[in-house]
Amino acid sequence: MTIQKVGVIGAGVIGAGVAQDVATAGHEVVLLDISADILARAEQSIRTGLRTQRLLQKSRALEPTIVITGRIQPTTDLALLSTVEFVIENVTEKWETKQRLYQSIDAICPDNCIFAANTSTIPITRIASATKREPLVIGVHFMNPPPLKSVVEVILGNHTSRDTLDRTKLFLSTLGKESVLVNDGPGFVANRILMLTINEAIRVFHEGVASVEAIDKIFKSCFGHKMGPLETADLIGLDTVLYSIEVLEESFGDSKYEPCPLLKTMVHDGLLGRKSGQGFYDYDANELQSAGNS
Amino acid sequence: MVDETAQTIRRFIETQLQAEELSDDEDLVDAGYVNSLFAIQLVLFVERQFRISVQDGDLDLANFRSISAITGFVRRKQSSDSSAGQSDDSSGP
Repeated sequence: MTIQKVGVIGAGVIGAGVAQDVATAGHEVVLLDISADILARAEQSIRTGLRTQRLLQKSRALEPTIVITGRIQPTTDLALLSTVEFVIENVTEKWETKQRLYQSIDAICPDNCIFAANTSTIPITRIASATKREPLVIGVHFMNPPPLKSVVEVILGNHTSRDTLDRTKLFLSTLGKESVLVNDGPGFVANRILMLTINEAIRVFHEGVASVEAIDKIFKSCFGHKMGPLETADLIGLDTVLYSIEVLEESFGDSKYEPCPLLKTMVHDGLLGRKSGQGFYDYDANELQSAGNS
Repeated sequence: MVDETAQTIRRFIETQLQAEELSDDEDLVDAGYVNSLFAIQLVLFVERQFRISVQDGDLDLANFRSISAITGFVRRKQSSDSSAGQSDDSSGP
């Protein structure tokens, strides 16, 4: 049985990209957020994201923008999730927020609906415990920007069933995504290592060892990374980086995950990276509304 | 004669990329300068700066690979827009 209707919860940087990706693959999408403003921004960033995709992808012919965006139903009403077969959750990286949300959608979504947590760091087994459908909860960690990244990290919770894994992999294959399967644990693979690297890069800058540009250049020029750790932090959003590293610190009880004071200060001051116009780099304010999520 | 269009494009690219003395024909994609984020910034920049509307069919990386390619693209759009009597259309998408 193929999945046709998907709920995408959270329309921020990643959620908008996921909605674009899912709609591009031909699925109907209910795109949910608590704020109409965020939904409006998401619609704009999806249109820009589709232009980016058109610009970069020659192999796959995209349908007209209006057809793809027409599959996306933006809403603030959780009740519209009562008919979806698959949920991809992308809300703020805070346990209390996720816990409340999962309790709500567990009561609304059909009994066989899979919950895929696109979380950065919170263990899938913990998320599943907020629901009464633990076998149907799985982790699917999309990379940024989702439409341009063909590999996802798929995380098995302790109770995730074989059927859930099979259906999830089948669904992801309709998006042209390859799955890399890993086991549960705070931060899984990608973010456990990446967030530590970003945090350490911020410390190196904070201590005056090297400039932002020098740090990023070393990763790009010497290691062949497409972006350096501080550019990546600006792309992810410094708030998400901070929340993620805090979850890792709390989960492992290890001081190596202690957030750099500069990261805390920047988040407190609203310097969140691309989405706010300034982070470790300055971004052209005119590009913000449209390029922020592409 | 200094080519204003090419100069404006060059200034934008060099500022954004913190690069200096790029040649007009340097392939920005092959040189690793253009990632997905910068590619769309270029599109938004030419739309705003030159008051042209980049259509879906124009979204071909070949139009944005080098300073000379972008300059040529902008000229073609400007001449087709003005011949179609749409020179007042400055609205983006």
